[in-house]
Amino acid sequence: MSASAVFVLDLKGKVLICRNYKGDVDMAEIDHFLPLLMTQEEEGLTCPIMSHGNVHFLWIKHTNLYLVATTNKNSNASLVYAFLYKVVEVFTEYFTELEEESIQDNFVVVYELLDELMDFGFPQTTDSKILQEYITQEGTKLEVAKTKVPTTVTNAVSWRSEGIKYKKNEVFIDVIESINLLVNANGSVMSSDIVGTVKLKTMLSGMPELRLGLNDRALFALTGRDKGKTVTMEDVKFHQCVRLSRFESDRTISFIPPDGESELMSYRINTHVKPLIWIESVIEKFSHSRVEIMVKAKGQFKKQSVANNVEVRVPVPSDADSPKFKTSTGHAKYVPEKNLAVWTIKSFPGGKEFLMRASFGLPSVENDEMEGKPPITVNFEIPYFTVSGIQVRYMKIIEKSGYQALPWVRYITQSGGRTAMLFRYSLLMYSKKRPIIYS
Amino acid sequence: MVCSVSICAGEIFELKAELNSDKKEKKKEAVKKVIASMTVGKDVSALFPDVVNCMQTDNLELKKLVYLYLMNYAKSQPDMAIMAVNTFVKDCEDANPLIRALAVRTMGCIRVDKITEYLCEPLRKCLKDEDPYVRKTAAVCVAKLHDINAQLVEDQGFLDTLKDLISDSNPMVVANAVAALSEIAESHPNSNLLDLNPQSINKLLTALNECTEWGQIFILDCLANYTPRDDRESQSICERVTPRLSHANSAVVLSAVKVLMKFMEMLPKDLDYYSTLLKKLAPPLVTLLSAEPELQYVALRNINLIVQKRPEILKHEMKVFFVKYNDPIYVKLEKLDIMIRLASQANIAQVLAELKEYATEVDVDFVRKAVRAIGRCAIKVEQSAERCVSTLLDLIQTKVNYVVQEAIVVIKDIFRKYPNKYESVIATLCENLDSLDEPEARAAMIWIVGEYAERIDNADELLESFLEGFHDESTQVQLQLLTAIVKLFLKKPTETQELVQQVLSLATQDSDNPDLRDRGYIYWRLLSTDPVAAKEVVLAEKPLISEETDLIEPTLLEELICHIGTLASVYHKPPSAFVEGSRGVMHKRLPARTGSNVKPEPLSLSPQLGGDIGGSPAMGAGFGAAPAVMPASLNAPVGGGLGDLFDLGGVGMPMGAYIPPKIVWLPAMKAKGLEISGTFARRAGVIQMELILTNKAMSVMTDFAIQFNRNSFGLAPAGPLQVLTPLGPNQTIEVSLPLSTVGPVMKMDPLNNLQVAVKNNIDVFYFSCQYPISMLFVEDGKMERQVFLATWKDIPNDNESQFQIKDCHLNSDAASSKLQGSNIFTIAKRTVEGQDMLYMSIKLSNGIWVLAELRVQAGNPNYTISLKCRAPEVSQCVFQCYEAVLKN
Repeated sequence: MSASAVFVLDLKGKVLICRNYKGDVDMAEIDHFLPLLMTQEEEGLTCPIMSHGNVHFLWIKHTNLYLVATTNKNSNASLVYAFLYKVVEVFTEYFTELEEESIQDNFVVVYELLDELMDFGFPQTTDSKILQEYITQEGTKLEVAKTKVPTTVTNAVSWRSEGIKYKKNEVFIDVIESINLLVNANGSVMSSDIVGTVKLKTMLSGMPELRLGLNDRALFALTGRDKGKTVTMEDVKFHQCVRLSRFESDRTISFIPPDGESELMSYRINTHVKPLIWIESVIEKFSHSRVEIMVKAKGQFKKQSVANNVEVRVPVPSDADSPKFKTSTGHAKYVPEKNLAVWTIKSFPGGKEFLMRASFGLPSVENDEMEGKPPITVNFEIPYFTVSGIQVRYMKIIEKSGYQALPWVRYITQSGGRTAMLFRYSLLMYSKKRPIIYS
Repeated sequence: MVCSVSICAGEIFELKAELNSDKKEKKKEAVKKVIASMTVGKDVSALFPDVVNCMQTDNLELKKLVYLYLMNYAKSQPDMAIMAVNTFVKDCEDANPLIRALAVRTMGCIRVDKITEYLCEPLRKCLKDEDPYVRKTAAVCVAKLHDINAQLVEDQGFLDTLKDLISDSNPMVVANAVAALSEIAESHPNSNLLDLNPQSINKLLTALNECTEWGQIFILDCLANYTPRDDRESQSICERVTPRLSHANSAVVLSAVKVLMKFMEMLPKDLDYYSTLLKKLAPPLVTLLSAEPELQYVALRNINLIVQKRPEILKHEMKVFFVKYNDPIYVKLEKLDIMIRLASQANIAQVLAELKEYATEVDVDFVRKAVRAIGRCAIKVEQSAERCVSTLLDLIQTKVNYVVQEAIVVIKDIFRKYPNKYESVIATLCENLDSLDEPEARAAMIWIVGEYAERIDNADELLESFLEGFHDESTQVQLQLLTAIVKLFLKKPTETQELVQQVLSLATQDSDNPDLRDRGYIYWRLLSTDPVAAKEVVLAEKPLISEETDLIEPTLLEELICHIGTLASVYHKPPSAFVEGSRGVMHKRLPARTGSNVKPEPLSLSPQLGGDIGGSPAMGAGFGAAPAVMPASLNAPVGGGLGDLFDLGGVGMPMGAYIPPKIVWLPAMKAKGLEISGTFARRAGVIQMELILTNKAMSVMTDFAIQFNRNSFGLAPAGPLQVLTPLGPNQTIEVSLPLSTVGPVMKMDPLNNLQVAVKNNIDVFYFSCQYPISMLFVEDGKMERQVFLATWKDIPNDNESQFQIKDCHLNSDAASSKLQGSNIFTIAKRTVEGQDMLYMSIKLSNGIWVLAELRVQAGNPNYTISLKCRAPEVSQCVFQCYEAVLKN
């Protein structure tokens, strides 16, 4: 079905800890893992699935660790990867940082967790909040009265325990939209989409029933209501707690929330996004001599809004030296280890336009290695604003004790991390004879 | 543990003392130290008895550590492991459910035969435990125990208890019971354990809404094994599974996609729900591309299959497969592959712009694939060919060595696809001759020079320059050079005599490569005996290359669709190719489309046929009326008598293929006076449909055309129906229509059923006929003896079917040669106690092998035949062919 055994290795391929779940794969097979990986890395063709004989390795990398699952069956590969990432999540919540040292320092708890997370290759309870109720770091003293299985483990509501109490009942809703965008050198938008998430910080007593109302076009169409701006969500993904069949039938988002912080839902919107910060660039490379960069950034959002922590990252050749910068606002610096010129603007009001010029020297003997042409990336945050126009219309909270609870909503639009706004550019190359233009 | 590191005796001694200490804390610390040593790979098995002594404790953490130790070392100390049995039994009755579950969980992980039987009683109790946490753990333990001792589990009736747990009130118990049963069923394919029926399916679907994300995956994967009774049930399951597409866990989504892809196969295509479902599948597939890279990779490999199976789902989603600069290489390469599959006239401009961008990146493998992709686009989308060629020329201008070489390789393919269209670029290509150092690129360039020698003034010089280092070239280049120079000679014989002499002697006298030598000799003899014939052979018109060369074969594709999300779908290989011991496991197939009330469809009104042929745009091309003037040879009526003639010949010599007599397929009454009768034949490797068209109406018939509905083996007309126009009243014409087997495939019932539409100036008529499957038996169907033996063993016995052929009066040799005429090849013959056993092989045009054992007893007119095939559904048809061939 899935994994026969799970290993945590250090970067040298040494086993830090492992758990044999099924016993049908020789545990010594793991010795082949790193050599296989190294061969692939040399060829420049790594792959998350590797095989040696009839043993298959499915692996992910996290900080300075490899998490590897072995199998010799036709396992469900997506389940294995989803599980490995879950393991990372649980360990991270337990040890704050998951790295070599945290594994070595906590091997007893790691064993206990591995025992509880998976049984005979079947993932079991993987919700770290629930696990923390019966697998505690200090070790459980066995006093019969106290220790029992939290019913949550096997309940239909497996993500929230009963008997939670807060003095003040509140729930904080963060709507975060990230923009993915790719603009070609000629200024045409090749692809764009918005990935939104709704995050909750729930501080509510008991077992509250929540209902979230958004200005979802499909919902409005269903109820025949037609007022105000609506948003078409291309695809929606929900946390375990949301009743999917209910959503499927009448688009109602109803759920019993997990306690504390959680990601309630994510959605994807395909509509054409106007690039909120538009980049124009002229990059000229005079071979054996210098690179001249001119970047113009324009805020294409409402004048009342302000983009914070704007970062424009411009790639420069790896053998560039002696940087010189000139900016109309903000501050630019050279990050040689990433081959980037980074221009930061702390606060960027809508409708404004700024300029940065940079020049770099190039050695007379040039690097003949081919260099790629990574796009210019722009990261930013714009608070109190969603680019899609999505809105939380209401959050109904019902609990049998009948308390009053307050929902708080916050909006933010950003780019960076997993999402990015990318601008390709033309590189004008000048050699002594004639210019060649690559686009 | 993984590696054994020695541990010094002193350390062991010290630990021993601490383990036996009276103080609980000290004991616990000692066990921790033991486990720590174990973790770093030291062998601490010598402490077994001392650690087991610590087992009886009321400290849960200590107990867990001891259990952990036991799991690791019990196998190496089976005798001592028995010491632990008592504690297990006791712990399974502990008041604390955590301990009961821990005991039952650990118990199953101790893979020691001797102690398994002691574990049955505790397991039985735990399966009925009041706490669901214990029950869900016990359910998994049954699978563990089954893995160690299947017989014991069956004897003890645990499987029935496990089945009962599917109706448990707790969703997690249900999920684990399903997982355990699926696991057991997978290793025992014939056990019929998961006898899924509408009631149990309903229970699973209910539990689906309530259990954890992992439980949902177990249930969905289990559902995917079920075959609904009809399209209604199929639809209702799909309806209850679709909400899972909104789950945040990518693995849940993929498992749901698997169920839907499989079950939608059964839905009629004209159903509204069918198109709704298609629309619902696209967004979640696209969202999978924002998951972690490894999950993206699995998703992409699966999308690659889905795009081949149902291209309509993602045809508008090209942009999401654009490669991101920081995607890992494995994601980039997969995206590129899908981009090409989705390329069409509508989006080709964008695709090309992207590909050109990729060709300037640094990653060599990716760049190469991008360049190659441009060529594939040119071949796939004819309207874009010109733009692709100019893009490739731009890339050649970059002079980046591997880009140039890759471009030349694909330009050769473009020349093959569009002959005499883009030769103007040859000059540019020739400029780069010197920089080519990869055999494939050199060979491609040489091919181009040879093929277009008459237009390249200095072709002889160019080819001569390659000849200098002839012996250092790879075989590929040598062969190509030989052919190219021969072509050149045939085109410009006066100036190149010396060159051709030179290459022929290099190939035949100075080379020890048999392929090269043979080819050299053939050319030599051809040129010296009959230059005209040589010209016809060497400069013959080449068949066009097809647009998509790397499509997965349909049966394999179907099987892989049933394995969405698993390793098989990632490797694009059936599980039997990489899982040991899975040979006996049935290959999964998509369910056949069936109506809820099965009744024969009225042929003339068949909506499917009408839909496919009627208004579809494909019709224009397929129905293209026969050209007015036909080469005479093609129009000559093809007699069906040739085969009969051969049949008169004596026994023992190979005979022609069996051709059934012509029968009336379409009576004149049903077709406004047009009567069609016909049969099928295989002549010189070509399948032919031989038709007699009779005009029994009063008016003249013209504009004949023919089209087939999709069918089991992809039969399709290889050309238009060639009918001498017009067909006057009471006139009859015999026509032979060559068929290809590359048309669209859909399983028919019976398998060899073919639905045909014939059009003339009056109307469109539909009829169906059955072809003898022997038509599809190909000429190279003779298997190697060794391969035959291995394959025979390899095909599970369940796939074997036995038939009787009655009243057949041939001896085994006569039978064998008669069968050979129909491409049924006898590989070996054995005589046991007066009974001749003939072993035969057959290969179908779609690559399916059928193996047969024919038993013939002297004096007994009844033969017994056993057929083995990976696709057992063809057996019945094959048997019918045997009968027909032998009795005619």
